[in-house]
Amino acid sequence: MASKYSQIILFSLLIAGIQVLTHVTDSSYHLTQLTMTAYYSLLVIGLCMLIGYAGQISIGHAGFFAIGGYISAFLTTHDFSAQKGLPIVGFLVKTGIMTRRPDLYGGDLLTVHPWTACILAVCTALLIAFVIGGPVLKLRGHYLAMATLGFGIIIYRIVLGTTLLGAADGITDVPAFGLPGGIEVSGKGAGRIANYYIAWGTVVAGMTLLVNLIHSRVGRALTAIHGAEDAADAMGIDTADYKLRIFVLSAGYAALAGVLLTHYNGGIGPSEASVIKSVRYVSIVAIGGMASLWGALIMSLLLNYLSLRGSFGTFDDAVFGAILILIMLFAPEGLLRKQIIGDVKALFGRSAGRGEDQ
Amino acid sequence: MNLELLFQYIVAGITYGTIYAVVAIGFNIIYNATGIINFAQGEFVMLGGMTAVTLSGFLPLPAAILGAVIITMMIGGLVEIVFIRWLKSPSVLRMIIITIGLSIVIREVALHIWGEGVRALPYFSGTSVSSINLWGVFISPQVLWVIGISSVMVFFLSLFFNYTLTGRQMRACAANRDAARLCGINAGNMVTLSFMLSAAIGALGGCIVSPITYVQYDSGTPLAIKGFTVAILGGLGNSTAAVAAGMILGILESFSIWVLPAAYKDVVSITILLAILFIRPSGIFGDAEAARLKEY
Repeated sequence: MASKYSQIILFSLLIAGIQVLTHVTDSSYHLTQLTMTAYYSLLVIGLCMLIGYAGQISIGHAGFFAIGGYISAFLTTHDFSAQKGLPIVGFLVKTGIMTRRPDLYGGDLLTVHPWTACILAVCTALLIAFVIGGPVLKLRGHYLAMATLGFGIIIYRIVLGTTLLGAADGITDVPAFGLPGGIEVSGKGAGRIANYYIAWGTVVAGMTLLVNLIHSRVGRALTAIHGAEDAADAMGIDTADYKLRIFVLSAGYAALAGVLLTHYNGGIGPSEASVIKSVRYVSIVAIGGMASLWGALIMSLLLNYLSLRGSFGTFDDAVFGAILILIMLFAPEGLLRKQIIGDVKALFGRSAGRGEDQ
Repeated sequence: MNLELLFQYIVAGITYGTIYAVVAIGFNIIYNATGIINFAQGEFVMLGGMTAVTLSGFLPLPAAILGAVIITMMIGGLVEIVFIRWLKSPSVLRMIIITIGLSIVIREVALHIWGEGVRALPYFSGTSVSSINLWGVFISPQVLWVIGISSVMVFFLSLFFNYTLTGRQMRACAANRDAARLCGINAGNMVTLSFMLSAAIGALGGCIVSPITYVQYDSGTPLAIKGFTVAILGGLGNSTAAVAAGMILGILESFSIWVLPAAYKDVVSITILLAILFIRPSGIFGDAEAARLKEY
């Protein structure tokens, strides 16, 4: 019990420490990339739960991220003034679900309130995950990988080909996301530190939920499914139901990350839905050790930050592809483990064990 | 819709369908030999097309295509030797992730070599505007080249698998690797050969289709997923059915442009993929009983 929370506290201290460090060294511009890193990390820990604990690969999670981001961006930027006459719109305005705000040129915009948009976006992602999750999770191995890859490409093609969603340009001028207490999720320089803590606070909250989940009945059931699905089934664990629940949960994490990052950046583009992004998330989960939430989180913090800082230059995508290959060839259990030396020995003995889950 | 337009759509569908079938056959060859799906299959097609365009700068067209096929074949063999061969009974998940990583790396290398530009080989005969009148339907001579070369390729492949010693050894490995090994067949070499063969087929496909569809560093992934759709539609591992399935997908996709904007073309074919996977993963020509025995 104690260790479970001590890790979370330790991580929170690390986050606070980084902020203090940037403050002392007068390099708080790093916080912008670190905030974006946090939102990507939120997706990564959800995906880690799905791949590492439920044992189901997904090469389409950028799709859920994009569903969240795009729905929220569209609802908060699309001007519904033309539909003003409709009674439903009048009702929505009265209840505060739709709000008026001035646009850049002083005109009047009638858009959906960011809170409503956020809830709608995440709920849509959950619903889509629930609907496709049933049939998709019946598939295994190659078929599961291809189906999720296909889902990701469908979302990518839709956002790229739909003019209402800005086609290749994406959606810009997404308003700030107001929170109680006068702070808001936006990229404005003044709220930089606040946003850093909002973002990592969300990640810590998400992490706490997942850590508790792992140590519960659900977590034990998942471990059983991961070890031997048929055996778990025979023990009376409803494997299909558990897999679906984790799939929906991870889609929710991805969508929430998409919503918040879109409001933080003030926009979203089709590249967020691309296959390469999905592969990147999988490679972070892989290097973190597949079934290790903390490994995935630390690796996400490190790699996303370096990538956003441009440390990999024009080889950005190639670096993640290479990581994926090298990890799967030489260390299928990830880099961050307790007994690395033993694993190196085992590597020369026989191919490692935990990778053989399918 | 008049009859001529209908035929135009069908011809366009068959052209694209042929290339999907070629990619699907590449998938099948490796799947049969190893039981894994090579997610980098589309990248072989892209590499073939790109290399041929570069070689055609200083070589005559047939030599450039031959060179591109040989180079891609070597890369295919190299990929197997470096990344796959020494893994002892790797899990399916591990193989999926490795081949996905390979596809990303090959794509990025291509981006650094050739840039983002769209390239194409010249038309094999005539120009982009020349056409042949076939019973009132105007088709580009390149379409005949695509269909002709692919048919010849499929014909020689079936000869290879049925009548040559190497081809039969490969089939033996596909059927039962341990038994094949006991008969003295070097199963490891057969896997390398299957990668080389499937890379060569993909590269040739990339060359013949590039005047029509063009080729770009990232054109591999869409081709791979459509090739996979076709391979599944025909039943994984069944190359004859893949040709028929390729035609079906190509024509469906071609008609989808009539109903939906062209930007959603991929959405249609992938929705078909998902539908098949959900309803009948053994494929429309596949045997459901046999499919249950396969390891997905």
